[in-house]
Amino acid sequence: MPINAERSRKKLTSLKVNGRVYEKALSPISTLLEILREDLGLTGTKHGCELGECGACAVLLNDVPVLSCLTLAVECEGKEITTIEGLADGNRLHPLQTAFAELGAAQCGYCTSGILCVAKSLLDKAAQEKKSNPGRELSRAEIKEALSGNICRCTGYLKIIEAIELTAERLNLFHRCEPVREDR
Amino acid sequence: MKPFRYHRIKTLQEASHLTQEPGAVILAGGTNLIDMMRLEIMNPAAVVDIQSLPLNQIETLPSGGFRIGSLVRNSDLAFHPSIQKEYPVLSQAILSGASPQIRNQATVGGNLMQRTRCTYFRDGISPCSKRNPGTGCSAEHGYHRSHAVLGISDSCSATHPSDMCVALAALDAQIVLEGKKEKRTVPITEFYLLPQNTPWKETALEPAEIITAVDLPELPEGTRTCYLKVRDRSSYEFALVSAAVVLEFNQNQIQKARIALGGIAVKPWRVPEAEKLLHHSTPSKKLFQTCAETALKGAKPKKDNEFKVELAKRVILHALSLASKTKKE
Ligand SMILES: Cc1cc2nc3c(=O)[nH]c(=O)nc-3n(C[C@H](O)[C@H](O)[C@H](O)COP(=O)(O)OP(=O)(O)OC[C@H]3O[C@@H](n4cnc5c(N)ncnc54)[C@H](O)[C@@H]3O)c2cc1C
Ligand code: FES
Ligand code: FES
Repeated sequence: MPINAERSRKKLTSLKVNGRVYEKALSPISTLLEILREDLGLTGTKHGCELGECGACAVLLNDVPVLSCLTLAVECEGKEITTIEGLADGNRLHPLQTAFAELGAAQCGYCTSGILCVAKSLLDKAAQEKKSNPGRELSRAEIKEALSGNICRCTGYLKIIEAIELTAERLNLFHRCEPVREDR
Repeated sequence: MKPFRYHRIKTLQEASHLTQEPGAVILAGGTNLIDMMRLEIMNPAAVVDIQSLPLNQIETLPSGGFRIGSLVRNSDLAFHPSIQKEYPVLSQAILSGASPQIRNQATVGGNLMQRTRCTYFRDGISPCSKRNPGTGCSAEHGYHRSHAVLGISDSCSATHPSDMCVALAALDAQIVLEGKKEKRTVPITEFYLLPQNTPWKETALEPAEIITAVDLPELPEGTRTCYLKVRDRSSYEFALVSAAVVLEFNQNQIQKARIALGGIAVKPWRVPEAEKLLHHSTPSKKLFQTCAETALKGAKPKKDNEFKVELAKRVILHALSLASKTKKE
């Protein structure tokens, strides 16, 4: 067999995405981003820089935000992958999606799915921590830090941060102590 | 990306057997390797995925100090309660680098072995002896604002980009290597090689060896530390200059000092001459200034990166002042 054909031989792999198992013949050279978009038709995850610099491709791997452009799909066998398509529960939007829509926190929307995945993980983790530490609340600084790997070219970030704060407030994870627009 | 064979291995033996093969590389978090493969700067014949090895523990050492498994993720290390308490400089350094998503993926071993961000190395076409031995160095006469001023040679002035490793250098960390007959431990300062005229040889790692852990010696009670990083924007950017400072105090006297620099050197850079000035001394601005001057004595700046020399002196001065004010909890 020619060397490149031998090396790019596909291997049957099972990937669990948003709770559903997909059996796919994967070439080792495919990134998770490519497989999600091109093979599984999950085009909500966006394809930006493919260098780890923009965060548009962020997904959750075992609930932890990672960059799907810097992950091989074959590495993900046996792990739970959550993409933007997995946030809503049937027709019921995730509270973050509702807040983003209410506040107009997306413009072109290219960064939005990565940001929503990162924000979901931040809120879930804080909610988990609140169980053992009832005083646990998120701060704006923490939200900004969590989003520091997600570049948005349109919104100027303020509405995004406000939408996450609003969601956190509704989940009892954030206490607003200053007027919303103060640090614009 | 060029095609490669993919192996997910379960034992160290398998890993060292497979990495003996010419053209085989280790895959850990992938945040640097997959980037390099996509850019076709690294075109391995085989990728050995070591993520299933049991190397993700942080344990105390019988001699005091900690052993950090090479697969511990950068985020887990930075937020580990003992590390935050005992080695705050290490947590600060890690958290000042990359983005949360990248730190969730990145491992200790991968961080140590990440390749330079030199744009000539990464563009895949400019002459670059690190990428294509013998082709020369484009930074010699080209734009070189981001390049090193310490440890450089005519054939390479690319910086080592890691923040974590600067803190590890100031902590006198030891790199644990396994896979050959003898397990061995190499001090981090000896792990990285100077470019001289072989800039493609970057570390002491040998074929079939993998980094299995990093050992951190215990810090005496009362040690004060600081990591200070200066960069072009306030987050998600590599260092222009950074300094990790570890000061062992006895009451108000510095007993021992270790300083490591990042962003301006070809490897995480210790400055023993400057450190010596601080041993058994009373901290003062004047002393710190002399120390900063001494640290940069060997600098060889060129036109575009001359500013880094003054910047580095100020970063050292500031880091020393901050560290001497922060008591270890
Ligand atoms: C956009 C971006 C911004 C970044 N910013 C920063 C920053 O500001 N500061 C900073 O310090 N870093 C930064 N990084 C770099 C990041 O820290 C590294 O990519 C990461 O630490 C590499 O770890 P990994 O586990 O993903 O390595 P991998 O990509 O898996 O591997 C990297 C290299 O190490 C080798 N390797 C891995 N594990 C071992 C082992 N156990 N033994 C021997 N060899 C091994 C691999 O073969 C490969 O050559 C940034 C990266 C990106 C993409
Ligand atoms: S596409 Fe992955 S970080 Fe930009
Ligand atoms: S909404 Fe356009 S990039 Fe963020």
